[in-house]
Amino acid sequence: MNQTLKRTPLFAVHQRAGARLVPFGGWEMPVQYSSIVDEHLAVRRAAGLFDISHMGEARVSGAGATEYLNRLLTNDIRKLPVGGGQYTLMCNERGGVIDDLYVYRPGEQEYLLVINASRIDDDYAWMQKQAATANGTKLENASDELGAVALQGPRTADFINACISGASQGGTAVASASELKKNQVGEFEFRGRPVYLARTGYTGEDGFEIIAASELMEGLWMHIMAQGHAHCLQPAGLGARDTLRTEACYPLYGHELDENTTPIEAGVGFFVALDKGDFTGRAVLAEQKAKGPARRCVAFKMTDRSAPPRPHYAVWINNETVGEVTSGTQSPSLNAGIGMAYVPGDLAKPGTKIEIEIRGKRAPAEIVTKPFYRSPNKT
Amino acid sequence: MSSNIPGDLRYAKSHEWVRVSGDTATIGITDHAQHELTDIVFVELPAVGRKVKAGEACAVVESVKTASDIYSPVSGEVTAVNKVVVDNPALVNGEPYGNGWFFQIRLSQPAEVNSLLSPGDYGKQIGA
Repeated sequence: MNQTLKRTPLFAVHQRAGARLVPFGGWEMPVQYSSIVDEHLAVRRAAGLFDISHMGEARVSGAGATEYLNRLLTNDIRKLPVGGGQYTLMCNERGGVIDDLYVYRPGEQEYLLVINASRIDDDYAWMQKQAATANGTKLENASDELGAVALQGPRTADFINACISGASQGGTAVASASELKKNQVGEFEFRGRPVYLARTGYTGEDGFEIIAASELMEGLWMHIMAQGHAHCLQPAGLGARDTLRTEACYPLYGHELDENTTPIEAGVGFFVALDKGDFTGRAVLAEQKAKGPARRCVAFKMTDRSAPPRPHYAVWINNETVGEVTSGTQSPSLNAGIGMAYVPGDLAKPGTKIEIEIRGKRAPAEIVTKPFYRSPNKT
Repeated sequence: MSSNIPGDLRYAKSHEWVRVSGDTATIGITDHAQHELTDIVFVELPAVGRKVKAGEACAVVESVKTASDIYSPVSGEVTAVNKVVVDNPALVNGEPYGNGWFFQIRLSQPAEVNSLLSPGDYGKQIGA
């Protein structure tokens, strides 16, 4: 397990900040700095800064790039304007998810894909295989060359212009970073070097993700922390990132998503555009969308006081095990046990009483409407 | 990081503390342990009357991130449990040696206490 864990360009910064570092997807990453609950609430109430440099980036460019990506990914890339970003999925022929990702379009024939750390090698191998038949498309794995941070929380728009100043040079044309709207991306400058700045995130709050050359990351992190100080900005680790995304019901690869699970089953069918022409996995996904999937990912909440639900705990309905928890935690916002689980499609209705088996005992829970938490501040 | 290690307690390698009074031992987890676990959200305690052996897992403490077993450092019968921490698990973080105690045991082998770690040895173990 400990064989050569990779370190992000911010590793020394995390050590100095007293972070607890743990293995995650082959990387040695900060799970927390102060406490998961503190950092979670900082992001809900003010601002938090995450190192997400472990995530991978792939550049796709050239005259054939749009057509290539439209076949590779489930969402309709033709609806993505220059300067826009889109959540999408990469599926195999069986409709199973190879990865879920964000695709940005900084230029007319220029795309940037942000992919999961644990999936970089699989994704890139799949993309190369698919590209063999695509003319005029250039692929480039930029994962080692680029780092990224996520600045998240309702107060981040108040100081983003102090972090990344000036007008955009590419992507969406804005006079200042705070003018970007949700999912828009702009190219800006930091210390004379180009950075991508997108208004997006994985916490359910307003916020920004900044992607830049690895060697810029330490200076960028220190600069953002200094600018955010007066706005109660805190560094936040993967622990809070996980509780925040669970409250927002965002799937996590390896938990809600894998190569044997489709986007329809996972509840992200909204990002599968069946009307855009053929794409990998389309036949299976079209059939599932029409007939309804055999199993479905639901959100559930513990109804009595109990231990928090955890991944792989059994889900019971009417004295039968019907599925398994994929993500679970104690929600810092709701102060209750929450989670996501796969259950048979016909039982996947809000209000359905279920039980979660915790250390041999069943505790009552109820299927609820997604998400658990919706920000009152989100743009 | 500096941890509080009271001088009048004995300690287990697995980060429980023991306070002996007559034939009864009170057991909780150390300041170092609560700091490592952080954000304790749930505590499960043994049934009163249960007989435990030294080293036996008999309680569970859950943080936001993980569940951890708590081991009884001594053998005997559980005579009392702290219902207050069940209602307010954050007490384990706030008062690990006070209102955050877990359970009490009537010692069946009082000599076991002598083989537990002294405050100094426990301090060395955690690098305090």
